[in-house]
Amino acid sequence: MEYMTIDGIKVPIEDEKNILSLIRKAGIDIPTFCYHSDLSIYGACRMCMVEDDRGRMFASCSEQPRAGMIIHTNTKKLQKYRRLIIELLLSRHCRDCTTCTKNGMCELQSLAYRVGVHSVRFDNKQDPLPIDMSSNCIVRDPNKCILCGDCVRTCSENQGIGAIDFAHRGSKMQISPAFGKNLCDTDCVGCGQCAVVCPTAAISVRTNVTEVWDAIEDPNKRVVAQIAPAVRVAVGDKFSLPKGENAMGKLVKALRIMGFDEVYDTNFGADLTVMEEAAEFADRLKSGEKLPLFTSCCPGWVKFCENKYPEFAQNVSTCRSPMSMFSPVIKEYFAKKDKEEGKQTYIVAIMPCTAKKDEILRPDNHTGGRQDTDIVITTQEIIRMIKQVGIKFETLPSEACDMPFSMASGGASIFGITGGVTEAVLRYLSPDKDHTTIENIKYSGIRGKEGFKHATVTIGDRNVRIAVVHGLKNASDLLEDIKAGRAEYDFVEVMACRRGCILGGGQPVPMGPKTRKARMDGIYEVDQLSSIRYTDENPLISQIWEDLIKGREHELLHRNL
Amino acid sequence: MLDRSYFDKADEFIADHGKDKKSLIPIMQDIQAQYRYIPPELLSYVAKKIGVTEAKAYSVATFYENFSFDQKGKYVIKVCDGTACHVRKGTLILERLYKELGLSDGKKTTDDMLFTVETVSCLGACGLAPVMTVNDVVHPSMTPEKVSETIKKLKEDEA
Repeated sequence: MEYMTIDGIKVPIEDEKNILSLIRKAGIDIPTFCYHSDLSIYGACRMCMVEDDRGRMFASCSEQPRAGMIIHTNTKKLQKYRRLIIELLLSRHCRDCTTCTKNGMCELQSLAYRVGVHSVRFDNKQDPLPIDMSSNCIVRDPNKCILCGDCVRTCSENQGIGAIDFAHRGSKMQISPAFGKNLCDTDCVGCGQCAVVCPTAAISVRTNVTEVWDAIEDPNKRVVAQIAPAVRVAVGDKFSLPKGENAMGKLVKALRIMGFDEVYDTNFGADLTVMEEAAEFADRLKSGEKLPLFTSCCPGWVKFCENKYPEFAQNVSTCRSPMSMFSPVIKEYFAKKDKEEGKQTYIVAIMPCTAKKDEILRPDNHTGGRQDTDIVITTQEIIRMIKQVGIKFETLPSEACDMPFSMASGGASIFGITGGVTEAVLRYLSPDKDHTTIENIKYSGIRGKEGFKHATVTIGDRNVRIAVVHGLKNASDLLEDIKAGRAEYDFVEVMACRRGCILGGGQPVPMGPKTRKARMDGIYEVDQLSSIRYTDENPLISQIWEDLIKGREHELLHRNL
Repeated sequence: MLDRSYFDKADEFIADHGKDKKSLIPIMQDIQAQYRYIPPELLSYVAKKIGVTEAKAYSVATFYENFSFDQKGKYVIKVCDGTACHVRKGTLILERLYKELGLSDGKKTTDDMLFTVETVSCLGACGLAPVMTVNDVVHPSMTPEKVSETIKKLKEDEA
């Protein structure tokens, strides 16, 4: 084994691509702005500078480790350089930290503190640039940008969109859509992955917290919450619960304390989706038309397909997403009561997703012209609301959701993860409902973190070819293959965010490897602990179906295209 | 909306250089040579055709000073602001041009679309300082008086 020496510690070199990974392996948290292990190396922020034994300085992210190297990560010279870099970054940065949405979570702020910048010698001479509020999901504030380019690389490398890029040069440089357009006029799908990687508040998620408080305050509103599957394994992150722990019970309690009238589980909606999508798939298999069938749960993907691959739009399932199926059903359920009490049911969807904020405004998701989901807030926003109230979340007792939408299958709970929708649909379509079936589907190849997965499953007398992709760049590659005739599938699940909703744009950051794994395990545990694993065994579904949905499936559960 | 002929021309340039990402700059150069500027719609069109995102094409176009999205005048006057020209009072040349043509740092082209005045960092003719070019014809050892004469002559030619 070969070694190099980092701050006097001998560190074995394994398959690390750069010195930075080795430094972190040695237990030293070297600061970075522009380094993300799943993006290309950019080497712009210069925070990861190290010094070798000859006094030479270089960025450790862009240098290969070599045996016998001796480097130092924290010399007096490096300290001085890091301070100067931060000072220069701050010199043209909006410094209204106290009112910033990222206050307390900003990497620039925390690094400035960490490296010991206590004053900035330079005045900000830059005229304030306009803030782009055009998108329903994302807010862009160029005054807070440090030009690390993380958003640019995420958007193009992981999502295959490239809605934003560097524009202009030198002191005039900024991150911008082409021709300084507004974000709403680009191919942006609102997935929010740019906001996830942004170290400052240059790109942040549009917040709707005020609207929710207003609704709660309004005595004429029946405020109903529905909670998406991926929220429960992430919400505890900011309340010192173990990563990935299912905090659904605590969240339900917190929402009741905050004043929500009813709290439901979006998993119920996911069960509706399983039934409708499976039926649609069975129909298409029979007729052989519009195959492959693409899933439609992910609004980022639906928009991406419309923007870039309109020729495949008819292949996308006409099913609404679980959230958008569930809301009209809730509204129908309360319709009579609302009239009697002179109230209005107001649905707040708590989602891991930023693109959902746009989905609810799309007319094809409305029922008879009525917007069904009134507002979407992200996991991060609900965390902020809980903190506003001052609830000690970690000490809360757990409570269950309200009837009649409190029960859901395990299949529904894994919607929050890549492969989950497929798995739930396969369980539903499978004629045998036993443990072996669950295990067989589990190991068919659709689970796991690989960006592109495929499997062939036998349903009845037919072999069904399935593909599962996450990250829109992977989706794009797959569509190109299908277009060129290099690949053929019957069913394709797409999720815009890598690993699925658990790493959605609205989830709390950071989302490093440990968090990713913990959330994945957390979701699967919810499924494993469910006494009902198959959608068709959910007793509440059949009742609701009989009472509310029967004969109105297309009106309530499908997009009106 | 840009005339159809622009897009046909762009198609020609794309055919010349190949439908490839790396053709972006040569195609932009051809467009600029043809129209003396790059019509924004045309850049978006080319980007889509060769598989580059619109934002990336814009990024490249704004990185290089040479590319312009603004329509330019019939006569493009480039005034050198390199070190040699600067110390030999190149600034006075620029000031006189601005005065003669009613232009400024923010307004580079005359309303009648005859003249565009730009500064460049070095024309590579330091021995002739201060120097300017009119549509790539070099005018050496300029003085403010010579500037006025040149402009007068060009205006007469046009009239």
